[in-house]
Amino acid sequence: MRTPLHENHLALGAQLTDFAGWQMPLKYGSETTEHCTVRRDVGLFDLSHMGEIYVSGTHSTKFLNYALISDISKVKVGKAKYTMICTADGDVIDDLVVYRLADDEYLVVANASNAQVVSSELTHRSHDFTVSVIDRSLETGLVALQGPQAKVVISKFVSPNLIAELKNYSCMQTEIIGIPILLARTGYTGEDGFEIFTSVDQIARIWELFINEKIAPIGLAARDTLRLEAGMPLYGHELNLEITPIHAGLSRIIAFDKSDFIGKSALLKLSEQIDRKLVGIELETRRIARAGFNLVDESGIVVGQVTSGAFSPSLGKSIAMAYLNSNIDLATAKISVDIRGNVEPAIVVNLPFYRREE
Amino acid sequence: MMSVPTNLNYTAEHEWLDTTSGTATVGITLYAADALGDVVFVKLPDIGSSVTAGQVCGELESTKSLSDLYAPVTGKVVETNLAAVENPAMINQDPYGAGWLFKVEIASLGSLLTAQEYQAQIS
Repeated sequence: MRTPLHENHLALGAQLTDFAGWQMPLKYGSETTEHCTVRRDVGLFDLSHMGEIYVSGTHSTKFLNYALISDISKVKVGKAKYTMICTADGDVIDDLVVYRLADDEYLVVANASNAQVVSSELTHRSHDFTVSVIDRSLETGLVALQGPQAKVVISKFVSPNLIAELKNYSCMQTEIIGIPILLARTGYTGEDGFEIFTSVDQIARIWELFINEKIAPIGLAARDTLRLEAGMPLYGHELNLEITPIHAGLSRIIAFDKSDFIGKSALLKLSEQIDRKLVGIELETRRIARAGFNLVDESGIVVGQVTSGAFSPSLGKSIAMAYLNSNIDLATAKISVDIRGNVEPAIVVNLPFYRREE
Repeated sequence: MMSVPTNLNYTAEHEWLDTTSGTATVGITLYAADALGDVVFVKLPDIGSSVTAGQVCGELESTKSLSDLYAPVTGKVVETNLAAVENPAMINQDPYGAGWLFKVEIASLGSLLTAQEYQAQIS
């Protein structure tokens, strides 16, 4: 599939890659330069492949509280929440951002690879509720402006007073050059930034507006290293149907104190005993510890597995996220990564690797 | 179309070499550097070691993938580019210049392509 910005990417010389069935820009030039542009300045992303599912109706809040693991009733109108949809076993079907658009209207943003699964699972779970679940993924375009200068750029087109009021993880309906948009202060880079949702017919005008402002387009390669440095999980890597939010270190987004939700009893049971947990890894070598490589202890026994790895442009070193067996004593254990037979010393660090200055 | 320097020889594995003196200076082509993506790690043969034309003699790892480095000539390695090992970005930025990789005292040349032949291969 092609996003509504396909021709724009070709005109910008993008190298395309298949991502979840979508032809997406991998990079437009050097992925390292694109990464650094977002950290230092601002960059523009096409995220039109993401899934947009609208939930509305009088039972919306009650329904989402049952279907998702966080307490959606605590999300105020105009706010957003990072959450997940899990199976009854507590495994992650997808990680989501839920935007509360009105008292009884929500936008659920799902990963491109899971949009249909999430949409049908939500529909399936909605039977006993007065709600409508509508998948508008293919009608919706999405671009993101990310980086410390994002607010300067957006303020040229949206009243700076409105932008000042739009705090992190907030959203509002407004317009840009006369085009109605949902503007959200969210992102997946670890930087300040905005996500702009509009119809597929209009998204190219907004993209071109920013390209004409000389904002650098950023591909998926840099998006991946940006989110990795920020310690953010990627579905299919840190998250999948064999992993719970507890393994991923995201217990804080589970609202155990709310009434029943799908996955609750399994997650409650599990929270006492998990066999592995997500950790950050820094390597001495510049070699990349890629997904699937084993973590080994000093006697060569496999004690974990890498889920994502990259050379971090911001830190100037090779980093990775990995699942490490819980019985490893980090105070004494010497962990290495087996990189194609090269046993490369690693240290286990707290996530995220990178945190922006406030 | 990407033009290739006419004063160099090439291999089918996208290395270039300069044989104007008795030692061959070896690097990878711009075409290869672009195809690899940003190089983040380089393993070069040790100084004093022997390399054989057509055989693997090192590694280049980019953000995207790992690639073997092939020796385009047979001979003894006399110099390696430590600056490129410390800062592999220069291989992408200047593959025919500051991003050279190693120098070999030539015992025998492998199967080489002229600039014109290499140009045809990548076109």
